[in-house]
This record gives sequence, structure tokens and C-alpha cells, in this order.
Amino acid sequence: MASIELKNVVKRYGKGKSANPVIHGVSAHITDGEFVVIVGPSGCGKSTLLRMVAGLEEISGGEISIGGRVVNDLEPSERDIAMVFQNYALYPHMSVFDNMAYGLKIAKIPREDIQVRVDKAAKILELGPYLQRKPRELSGGQRQRVAMGRAIVRQPQVFLFDEPLSNLDAKLRAQTRLEIQKLHRELGITSLFVTHDQVEAMTLAQRMIVMNGGVMEQFGTPLEVYTRPATTFVASFIGSPPMNLLKEAPLALAGVITGIRPEHLDITPTGWALRVEAVEMLGAERLVYGRRVHGKDDEMVIVRTDESQVPPALGETIHVTPRPHKLHTFDASTGMRLEAL
Amino acid sequence: MVERRPWLDRLSHAILILGVLVVAFPVYITFVASTHTAQEVVQVPMPLLPGSHMLDNFATALSGRREGSGSHASVGRMMVVSLVTALVIALGKIAISLLSAFALVYFRFPFRMAFFWAIFVTLMLPVEVRIGPTYKVVADLGMLNSYAGLTVPLIASATATFLFRQFFLTVPDELVEAARVDGAGPMRFFKDILVPLSATSMAALFVIQFIYGWNQYLWPLLVTTEENMYPVVIGIKQMISGGDAQTEWNIVMATAMLAMLPPALVVMLMQKWFVKGLVDTEK
Repeated sequence: MASIELKNVVKRYGKGKSANPVIHGVSAHITDGEFVVIVGPSGCGKSTLLRMVAGLEEISGGEISIGGRVVNDLEPSERDIAMVFQNYALYPHMSVFDNMAYGLKIAKIPREDIQVRVDKAAKILELGPYLQRKPRELSGGQRQRVAMGRAIVRQPQVFLFDEPLSNLDAKLRAQTRLEIQKLHRELGITSLFVTHDQVEAMTLAQRMIVMNGGVMEQFGTPLEVYTRPATTFVASFIGSPPMNLLKEAPLALAGVITGIRPEHLDITPTGWALRVEAVEMLGAERLVYGRRVHGKDDEMVIVRTDESQVPPALGETIHVTPRPHKLHTFDASTGMRLEAL
Repeated sequence: MVERRPWLDRLSHAILILGVLVVAFPVYITFVASTHTAQEVVQVPMPLLPGSHMLDNFATALSGRREGSGSHASVGRMMVVSLVTALVIALGKIAISLLSAFALVYFRFPFRMAFFWAIFVTLMLPVEVRIGPTYKVVADLGMLNSYAGLTVPLIASATATFLFRQFFLTVPDELVEAARVDGAGPMRFFKDILVPLSATSMAALFVIQFIYGWNQYLWPLLVTTEENMYPVVIGIKQMISGGDAQTEWNIVMATAMLAMLPPALVVMLMQKWFVKGLVDTEK
């Protein structure tokens, strides 16, 4: 059990003037036993950040401590962490048992203890019947569980997950998500989980770090991130379909971006006029894409309605009204959330 | 071909059979010659069916006790020399090139690429090109007529280093990182993960290099002057006396058969691994 402390962590590739910074000073405190998800688009530095915590990437600046111990100069194996890799990184020539036991063997843990630990992990993950098989004889989901088993048997202070679900099909992914949640409840080990999938992030996280371009945009609970996005990036990245961000909303001040989520717009007899350009049916709901009739730059607005309403026809003009207190405002120049409204 | 065309089938079979005949007939002649007496072999036309002296000839060749001219060294001894030489060369090449490929791929040291290119460039230089200077070095070190002299200059191998380097480059980085998280140091990673993963490549390389070592002719010809250090390939040459002296072709052919045996065995026994190592990318 341990907390993780990131203090102004910087990563640069290259040296001197040609240095290419990819992480620009991230600070965060992850408390003991917390499940934190790092989410962001590809290339935002989320995996790099995780690998720096793991010790697989050098830290160019700042400080990372795990359980109060600064780990900047420690080897991955000395940091008391375990990592689950995207492609699982199982040793192809070793049996499932040996894959899980390898780290323990190196750590010179007595054979009987290894047996006990691996058996316990295999039981939790339902891998019992497969212990003597080679990774290539397993399905993707089973391999994923072996990778988790390898992490569990180390009994680490911190679990690190690098997009471990991205190679699974949708159904298995949802199932594994639940298993990871259950595992975290049972073991209570501090976990850092990297993903680009906001659904994964919202469902797994106790708190989430939203990253963009090497900068931490927001660090908060999924509810906070959803209801009070700190920046326009977070507003548009979290939530599907994304939040409508209008530069010229009715009644808005100059230099202010108004945000409204598609589900917080109702079709009403009067209100903002939209010309319908497309309608998407998604089963229980439908998305109406409309262009604002009076807006200067013809901004597109997405409205989410449920199936009980009659779908508007293409080219028709409809009127929408935002629900009260659901409007978000952001500074147009910095993209930061404006609170005083 | 997936198409079914009977005449094409017959044609391709005919070509294949022709190819087999071209390759196999000389081997058959060698075998037939090794089963007759010296007189029968030199008759015209030479008999094309096996005779009855096979065991005598092989026993004579292996022991080296015979009357005719040319070298009288025992082929049994030569086979041992050849075997030791070929094994040391094959295993030495694998060991050295595995380690150098490991260094080239997994370590960042100054002039790494320079070293790689230095190794790579020697691919273009066969033993024969540098045979003079190499001989001088080996002679000065007093390694003539020794196993060291026969093997050491042939052990360094750019081909094998290159092959292992290419293989190591295909090993996913995640595997290296997983080993680091598991606490495996570089040599531990090498021993526990890289070597087992390269097993098939090593087997393929062993087959190729064993035959390479076994078939060495020019180099052993230079560094061995004593009969008890002749490899069998040299032995065959030494048995064939020039001039008017009579060569016992039956014994020479028996020796040739014996010389062909070990490489053939290695290929046959390791065929499965050999193909796997060249074709399979098991990861």
C-alpha cells in the first residue's frame, strides 16, 4: 500500500536546445489505495507518464515518490510496482505458471511461497486449469488475465496498467473492466491505469487525470470532470457525443465560450433556432445535428433526444433551449473554465 | 501450384526426377565404387551394381592399414578431427555471435553503430581473402597442427551475428520491459528469455555452420602438416597420389562415403528444427 506523489514531473527527449519536451510538469498526489485513470488522446504523454512511474523512462525533471520514497533513480524492480502491458508481454516459451513465478524466482522467494502465491492468484483469476499451458495456447482474454496474475503475485505497492484492455473485443473488455474493479476492491492496491477510452476512464476511475499535449488538464472524480470540466479540451474530450462549445451563444459575453452538453438541450417551441442537417439513430436515443441559423460562423450544435420524440426532418428548423444551470463557460483565449456565472 | 493439370504434374515430376538423378548419381557411383576391389573399380566399364567388398573397404579406410600409395593415415582419426573441428566451429560461432548480437541490440555504448558496421563489412570478406595474414598470426602463435589453429580463425562470424541481431530486433520491447519489472538483470534476461527464444535460430545456424566447418578444405590444408591432425576432407585429397602410382579408388570412395555421413546425419536429424528456425517467427 502506498501513495504516489508526482512533483512537477517533466520528460524531454534529446538534450540541450534540441530537447523535445513531451510532458510539461505534471503534479499530482494519488492517495493510498486509490484507483486513478490517466486518460487522453494518443500522443498526449499518458503512457510516458506511466512508464516514468514504472521506471522504464528516465525522469528529465521533477520528482516521483512512491510510498514516501523518491524513486527517480531506482530500477523498476526496486520500486515495488507491477505493470500490466498493452500486449501483455508474456514470456512465450514459459508456461503460465512460470510466467507468473518468474519475478518471484528472481527475487529468490522460496519455492513453496511461490507455489502458494501463484495458486492464489490463479484462483482469483480462474486460471487454475491453464497453469501448465504456454501463452500461445490461450485466448486473448486468458492472456490478459495471466498478465494481471503476474502483477498480482508480486504483491506490489502499486499496480500500473498500460491500456491493458485495448486488445480485447468489446464484450470481453466490458467484462474485464468489471473484473479489474472487483480485483481493486478486494486487494485495495493503489492503481494507475492508462487508457484512451473515456468510457473505461469514467467507469473505472475513482479519480481521473485528463491529459492533453503533455499537460494535465484536470484531476478529479469522473463526476467532477463530467459536470465541471476545467478546460474546453476536457469538455470536448469527456462525454460522447462531445459538449457543444459555442463561440457566439445567445446572451453570452464577448470572449467567452459557452458549453452545453447535447443531453442538456431540449427541443422547445421557441429558443435557439437550428437547421437540421443530420439525424443519427442510436437505438434508445438519437442525435440531431443542427446548424445555428443566427450564429456568425454557423456553429454546429448536437442535440440528444430520446426515442419518444418525433425525429425532426432534414432541413427543418427547430428550436432548442438549454436546461437551467447546465451551461458551462470558458475563457475564449485560455480555454479555462470561468466560475463566476 | 493449386491448379490441377495432369500434364503439368507429369512435367514437374519429370524435372524433379531429372534433378534428383543429376545430384544422386555421383553419390551412387561413389557408393558402388566403395564396395568393389581396387581392380574392379578401374575396369572399363566400371560396374554399376554394388559389389561384395564393402565391409573390407570401410574397415581398411577406417584403420588406415593398407598397401597402396598416398597417405596412410587412419580415417577413424580423421573423422574425430573433423568432428571436433566442426563442432567447435559451429558451437563457437553460435556462442560468440549470440553475445555480440546481444551487445549490439540491447546496450547503448559509444561507437555502437561503428562496431555493427565493422562486423557487417567483414561479411564481404571470405576466409580466403585474409588467409595469408591469418596464417602468419596462427603460425606465430604456435597454433599450427592444433585444434585451436583449425577452429579459432573460423569462429568469428558476421553472418551469424547479423542473423541473431535481426532476430533480437523482432523481440518486442515490452518483453524486455516486463523482464526489467520482474527484476531480471541483462545477463539473466539473456539466459532466461533471449536464449530460449532463439533456440530455433540456433538450431538452424548449427546445421549450416556444422556443415561449413566439416567441409573446410583450404584452411586445414594450410595449418595442418601432420597426418594425425588431418580432417577427413584433406585426408581424401592426400590418399589420391599423383603421377603413375596407383590410387586405391575403392578406399578413397569409402572414405568419401564416411565423410558424407555426419553432415547428412546432422541435416536429417535436425531437419525439423532447421526449417522451423528459418521459417518460423515464434513470438
